[in-house]
Amino acid sequence: MKNNFKTVNHSVRKIDGLGLATGEELFTDDYDIRDCAVIKLMPSPYAYAEITDIDESEALKMEGVIDVLSYKNVERIMHTTAGQSYPEPAPYDCAIFDNTVRFVGDKVLAVIAEDEKTALKAIKKIKVKYNILEPALDYEKSEDRETSRVHTEKDAIQIIPIKFQPEKNIASEVNAVVGDVEKGYKESDEVMEDTFYTQYAHHCMMEPSSTKGYIDGRGRLVLITSTQVPFHTRRIVSHATKIPVSKIRVIKPRIGGGFGNKQEALLEPIVAFAVWKHRIPIKLILKRDEVFVFSRTRHPFRIKYKVGFNKNGEIKAIHLDALQNTGAFGTHALTVVSCVGSKILPLLNKIPNMLFTGKAVYTNLPAGGAYRGYGATQGYFAYTQMIDVICEKCGIDQAEYYKKWHIKTGETSEIFKALGEGKPGHIFKIDSCELTQCIDKGAEAIDWKSKKAKYSFKNKKNKNERYIKGIGMGCFMQGSSVPYIDMASVYIKMNDDGSFNLNLGATDLGTGSDTVLSQIAAEVLETSINNILVISSDTDVTPFDVGAYASSTTYLSGLAVKDCAEKIKKIIKKHAAKKLAVKEEDIDLFEGNAFIKGSKDSCSYGEICTSAMHIDEMEQIQATSSRVSKSSPPPFSAHFAEIVIDTLTGNIKVEKYVTATDCGVCINPKLAEGQVEGALVNGLSYALIEDYSFSKKGNMMNNGFGKYKIYTAADLPEIITIMAENSYENTGPYGAKSVAEVCINGPIPVIANAFYNATGKRLHKAPFKPEYILEILGE
Amino acid sequence: MKEIFNINGKNKKIELRPDSTLLEALRDNGFTEVKNGCEEGQCGACLVLVDDVSVNSCQILAMSVKDQTIVTSKGLGDQHKPSIIQEAYVDAGAVQCGFCTPGFVISTYSLLKKNPNPTEEEIKSALDGNLCRCTGYIKIIDAVKLAAKRMNGGEDNEK
Ligand code: FES
Ligand code: FES
Repeated sequence: MKNNFKTVNHSVRKIDGLGLATGEELFTDDYDIRDCAVIKLMPSPYAYAEITDIDESEALKMEGVIDVLSYKNVERIMHTTAGQSYPEPAPYDCAIFDNTVRFVGDKVLAVIAEDEKTALKAIKKIKVKYNILEPALDYEKSEDRETSRVHTEKDAIQIIPIKFQPEKNIASEVNAVVGDVEKGYKESDEVMEDTFYTQYAHHCMMEPSSTKGYIDGRGRLVLITSTQVPFHTRRIVSHATKIPVSKIRVIKPRIGGGFGNKQEALLEPIVAFAVWKHRIPIKLILKRDEVFVFSRTRHPFRIKYKVGFNKNGEIKAIHLDALQNTGAFGTHALTVVSCVGSKILPLLNKIPNMLFTGKAVYTNLPAGGAYRGYGATQGYFAYTQMIDVICEKCGIDQAEYYKKWHIKTGETSEIFKALGEGKPGHIFKIDSCELTQCIDKGAEAIDWKSKKAKYSFKNKKNKNERYIKGIGMGCFMQGSSVPYIDMASVYIKMNDDGSFNLNLGATDLGTGSDTVLSQIAAEVLETSINNILVISSDTDVTPFDVGAYASSTTYLSGLAVKDCAEKIKKIIKKHAAKKLAVKEEDIDLFEGNAFIKGSKDSCSYGEICTSAMHIDEMEQIQATSSRVSKSSPPPFSAHFAEIVIDTLTGNIKVEKYVTATDCGVCINPKLAEGQVEGALVNGLSYALIEDYSFSKKGNMMNNGFGKYKIYTAADLPEIITIMAENSYENTGPYGAKSVAEVCINGPIPVIANAFYNATGKRLHKAPFKPEYILEILGE
Repeated sequence: MKEIFNINGKNKKIELRPDSTLLEALRDNGFTEVKNGCEEGQCGACLVLVDDVSVNSCQILAMSVKDQTIVTSKGLGDQHKPSIIQEAYVDAGAVQCGFCTPGFVISTYSLLKKNPNPTEEEIKSALDGNLCRCTGYIKIIDAVKLAAKRMNGGEDNEK
């Protein structure tokens, strides 16, 4: 397919890039709001305790201390912090302040003071008495009778009809069935099962969680906040504080990364309550150690598979079982569990019998939440190794196996329907899939076949070499938005010089969506991207959008932009036709001008808008559009890794990593590659070095970058990024689908498969730290 | 208290406490291009040049560098007159959320001053003190190479 795009599919410069590089663009804490008081949270020293008394009298006497907020003086209104569409499929299991603390670092109370130092001093003067409870720290034992129940409060509820059983420590449960797995196992030549574990991890977005609030000149509350979900935040804040929606304005400035962490209304209700009560500007900016513990994390999982297959590799039945440690709160519990099934099982869509069972259980540990990959990352650890085992047992090349069995254009999966988000999903057909191309290109770039044979433990002559090499591969998919749940809307107006204001609900959290969506608008409107002036994510100014999550922005918000721009284009043509005294069909738009087809007679956009506004029709050229997603076209990616294992130290070094990704048409190729590479490197870091270490009492011991290491430039392997050609998603804007999440799913299983290739042993626990590797090698 | 500091080539009276870190002093006085990512000397978001040497501003007291010159990313260039390094970051696609970028710009400046033609390995090790979670560093490394090429007057096909 040959595309003749002028702006789309070009790597135009990110519109906020230069202002960010110089430091002139503003993040939440960069806004200069005079005399801004600060909030400091007192962290719980215990994993589970009831607060029996708070004596804040000494603190309140201190100069500069404004207030102490706790369950004693903040109305208890149960809500979820999950930034999802209403009604949220997450239990309402938290209040702004509670008389129970549920993990080490949970908020006991908040001190509001004139400055940080005073607030910290004040916290030391507050005496809190606790009734310490036995914490639930092992999620595999959460349901045991002897284990404490994390939520015993009577007012925790789930507002939609899904299973919520706090009396069993179950935050959520979901099952999906296609066919009959038992029958499938019986028809299989071989049935096998295995169990895998993934760990806690943090998003480590560079900007800590940050919220500022003040009262404007009309008595309304303004929140400037680092959020992926400004509109959900406004709604949740209103619910949790009883401040009417009409009195709240949420502004999202530049955000220093989110990756799911900021798909939460976590700090905003606290700040909103405090500002509303005291009518002064107040901010709450978490310190990095608080970010690790108090903001959301990646849910740890236990994933089991049971698979029945024939000698030719054909899978007859699969049961995927996911147990999620949701931590102290069930925010995103159900939806992350669901995605273990819904973002994985459709990949090999010809399996006739599939069962998915998922459960999220409470513990007295930090709460999980949304994190790039959203359950798929955890599930692929099991699934991708399962495919590897089948291939090895049946003597089939993995790349060939995926090519044969992966879902293809025009096909569907029963899972799309069986597994939605808190309700059944929607069936749709795959409109674009270039996974076979990705597999071929990736395999070629890494020299898959010959290296696989060369490195295989089966062919190793010298068993005592210190450094051994291995190669592995795997294929992955994700989605683009949540069908019939996600909605995006847009407003465009034209200015008298021919420029356009593009007001978007969509939320650019650093990904470049403001740029990508401007490109789509410029393409439709036949103008330069410099003439598109974007404002996004201000609940007073921009129309609604669910926000930045579920890989939805380019796809869904892009559709809304395209739709809206097309309406504007029609209006421009109408005005131009009148001005040039021809029919609308005879008008062509080109580079900011309207031409009479086949002639040089033209008028500029500036002239058109000026006369529309001031001279002729006296009207504003403007349009709005809102779109709901009807499909969730998956992006696909094939990954290959070459590793070296140091058998003496247990260190695994990734030498080369190849990704080949089909995200449809890249609206901005460089930004799309940036999404692939960012997700990949985050995934590598997660696979090899990132983990939470807890004390016996549930206290995170490594909550700082000094101890919780993440990848730096010095850790990088050779990375090759390939984007598929000729992929065009007809349901998307200019052929685009999503790209942000899919590549984070690769490193854990692909490295594990490479480890098998090198050693003949399977890895069951991430991360693959040297101690664990030595343990496995010693077995 | 108020003290005069030389920041971005100008003497500026700034308000600070005796125990303010340089990071606090700068941010409190409007130099918000210097970012706070950790306050533990681990992320590089707060990097500035002190007498032309890159320093994590969260790790030193402001008063300890009172008589030295301080340069932030914005001191190297602003939107009106961006530096070659800043432009290269944008052109290479090395800016995503951009929270880390002012710090990377400072590191890149330090590296290229010492070593105008760094190898890939030299770039990687020079950037080891800067964390970025968005880009996976690949485009950042490209940006450093591009900046080096442009500074050396090399042909530039990218732009
Ligand atoms: S804020 Fe100074 S190194 Fe992170
Ligand atoms: S661009 Fe976001 S942290 Fe580097």
